[in-house]
Amino acid sequence: MHEMGIVMHLAKTLDELAEEQHITKIGSVTLQVGEVSGIMTELFTDAWDYFKGRHPVLAESELKLETTPAVTYCEACQKTYETVKYGRTCPHCGSGETYLLTGNECIIKEIEAETEDQEEGEAVVTV
Amino acid sequence: MKVIELHKSVTASNDADAEALRKEMKEKGTLLINLMSSPGSGKTTLLSRTIRDLSSELKIAVLEADIESAVDAERIEALGARAIQVHTDGMCHMDAGMTRTGLEAMGLEQIDLAFLENIGNLICPAEYDTGAGRNVMILSVPEGDDKPLKYPLMFQESDALVITKTDTLEYFDFDVELCKKRARNLNPDIRIFTVSAKTGEGMNDWETWLKEETSAWKQK
Repeated sequence: MHEMGIVMHLAKTLDELAEEQHITKIGSVTLQVGEVSGIMTELFTDAWDYFKGRHPVLAESELKLETTPAVTYCEACQKTYETVKYGRTCPHCGSGETYLLTGNECIIKEIEAETEDQEEGEAVVTV
Repeated sequence: MKVIELHKSVTASNDADAEALRKEMKEKGTLLINLMSSPGSGKTTLLSRTIRDLSSELKIAVLEADIESAVDAERIEALGARAIQVHTDGMCHMDAGMTRTGLEAMGLEQIDLAFLENIGNLICPAEYDTGAGRNVMILSVPEGDDKPLKYPLMFQESDALVITKTDTLEYFDFDVELCKKRARNLNPDIRIFTVSAKTGEGMNDWETWLKEETSAWKQK
């Protein structure tokens, strides 16, 4: 149950952030999910909908998932290519000595939140 | 609502727990080694032999987290080590919180070296910092020399790679030098040991490394 574990950590990370930043309510959470991270988005969203109910600050939040492309690096010709299209064999030189550069990550990009001391209007805070 | 840009790992809360656990283990002088591998890679045999060889010099404990219970806690204890079974409730990896719970239940008084036997899986365990001082990956000859290409993160996160079951090399198309090269391409600093826990070949280098790392961990 890979997705469940990630969601539990995500909820805990956001709970801690909410306390630090005096956040009262989180409206949305945007994640960047690598194309080949192995995360099944439907299962992930289901797990999120289940767990958010246990965290008051997250209860009404929406999960937004953005996909980041997978890129593979070829040791033999030192070029990069699209992982999903060509798999493990380099389309430039045919070598199999390749490894993934990006596409395996899962990062919290941003959240929309209300804080205790929030004034009128929109503000962007970088943490 | 305001937008807060984070660019933070989803597992940030785990990373913080892991760092705290690592610091405490350093203060206690207990080196925790996170052992990661596929199921059936020979962890049990390697651990049993390692404990048998080192138990006169080091106090060893084993935190057994494999769902399939690959190492029998009683068998480990009979070899002179403390052991405990940890249930992950279906989770595919151990995280820092689960590791801490297991270590606290087992007790670490006077333990020099503790092994965490992670879930048999080459993907998820590499993504979660357990709070261990060293990560070690076990790869057995029958699994094939292409594993660094298939599971790069596991090799990048490991401080050492133990290639096991070298007594079976004549039956498999496993190129040891090619495997080492592939692993070092991903992680130039990785220590590589080739062992057969059955015949004892290569065990000395692996055990010497364990002793050196354990004593280095106790230094301030």
